[in-house]
Amino acid sequence: MTTVISVPPSLDEQSFEQVIEQLASVPPGEKILVDARHARWASPYGLTALLCVAQSRTDRMDFAVPEHPDTLSYWSRTGFFRYAAELYELHGAVPRAREAHESDVLLEITPITQTEDVHGVVGRIHQKAADILHGQLNLETAATGAFGLTLSEACQNIVEHAELGGWVAVQTYKYTRRLGRRVVVIAVCDAGIGFRQSLESSPTHRRSDRWDDAMALEDAVLRAVSRHRFRDNGRGQGIAGIRRFISRWNGKLTVRSGTARIAITPDWDEDIPLQESLPFFPGAQMQVIVPERIGDAADQARPAGSTARPRGRSVR
Amino acid sequence: MSMHIDVGTVLRGTVCDLYSNLVTRPTGAAVRTAIEQQVNEVATPIVTTIDFSQVNLLDFSCADEIVAKLLLRFTSDEGPKGYLTFRGIHEGHIDPIETVLERHALALVSWHEGEAELFGHVEEIERVHWDVVRDHGPLSASDVARHLQATVDQSAADARVLDTRLVEQTRAQLDHLVHRRLLMCDDAGYAVPGTVPHTGSRTVRGTP
Repeated sequence: MTTVISVPPSLDEQSFEQVIEQLASVPPGEKILVDARHARWASPYGLTALLCVAQSRTDRMDFAVPEHPDTLSYWSRTGFFRYAAELYELHGAVPRAREAHESDVLLEITPITQTEDVHGVVGRIHQKAADILHGQLNLETAATGAFGLTLSEACQNIVEHAELGGWVAVQTYKYTRRLGRRVVVIAVCDAGIGFRQSLESSPTHRRSDRWDDAMALEDAVLRAVSRHRFRDNGRGQGIAGIRRFISRWNGKLTVRSGTARIAITPDWDEDIPLQESLPFFPGAQMQVIVPERIGDAADQARPAGSTARPRGRSVR
Repeated sequence: MSMHIDVGTVLRGTVCDLYSNLVTRPTGAAVRTAIEQQVNEVATPIVTTIDFSQVNLLDFSCADEIVAKLLLRFTSDEGPKGYLTFRGIHEGHIDPIETVLERHALALVSWHEGEAELFGHVEEIERVHWDVVRDHGPLSASDVARHLQATVDQSAADARVLDTRLVEQTRAQLDHLVHRRLLMCDDAGYAVPGTVPHTGSRTVRGTP
């Protein structure tokens, strides 16, 4: 018997929960078909997380590709099918792989398994990021460096903690429904061991009655706890740096791991800060959204952090 | 003796000649190790300048591995005797560098357009003393105390009455800054690392 997992027509971070819900109830070993025939749109998060679905089970799943030619073409340009073909048994007509050249594909789906991959991602995106962040989203030029830094730290989490390769993708698009302006989105997803298991491997970890995925996310995202802190006090700054980046440019950060999801939410969005007892999905799935900067007042970027001070004047 | 180390060159020579961004912890560790080897090969120069001019992007991991860990080594009691200064720190480097400095309660001296700057975890009283030395040094502890006294009490300064307790407190503060490697001390007095002797100019300028 084959269980059919239906991919929503619009696949983003929110609607991907429907995929996880369907998947969580399927017993191990059962044959699965991921049905994306009716999909019309997918965010970077949706596409990278779909690749993680294939990694989440030992048995190879079937995958029915989207039927609409525009969707097929777009998913192809993001590089999705290049990697999906390695993980799924694809069904349907898949376009021949082409180079990503559309302006909204800032970084096509890229596998992250080792340190060199992070160098590659950061190096490839730099000039494009400058053009889009400064030219299209009206962010200060300083945003480009901070963006690359955010991308680097997010990808390093996979290399250092996931114990299984993951995926990164970056796109810009008009965030019509929630915001009405352009955004740049970074999605970094893996199906590895997740935050809870990673932190449990720290020698200083003390398991408590409350210890679960939600608490692990709070520790890592809000309190900069790292499994490496025991012998190295300098660890755990990556996600804290990402938080500063999204705070400065009025962005949004969400991280899902295991059965929990945490959201650092700006004023233009409503989200639940911490969700617990979600259907289990392995690994960690992170999304960063930074919006176009328009006008003054509330939409302006938040006051700069240390860089707003005169150089070298960080008086305590 | 001083030594200049171009981090961009070290990165390309040590890790990969295609890289221009200092990202990932293994890369930072490799670059730091190469820098330490260079310093050791010349028996620890008095002032070693770490130059970030050729570094495009610096992430938190590399800032921690290179900047923080080098400083931790130099400021430890068993560390090298010399001083570290930095140059080529641009706006994009400041956030990761200051973040790791705060995390470890460290500070560094950076040279930018001929002026020395202080980054990181610095108490107000430390900064006040350091500023006097930067702006007027090399100075003795008495001279620094006199400058500080003049700042708060012009009449006392004019009378050249200098409280000996203030001199001792000033000396202790300056020695603390030397211990943190934010000032150096020699026969000429206290000076910012990287300073060259000035000839009458009010502002001390440096070569790094």
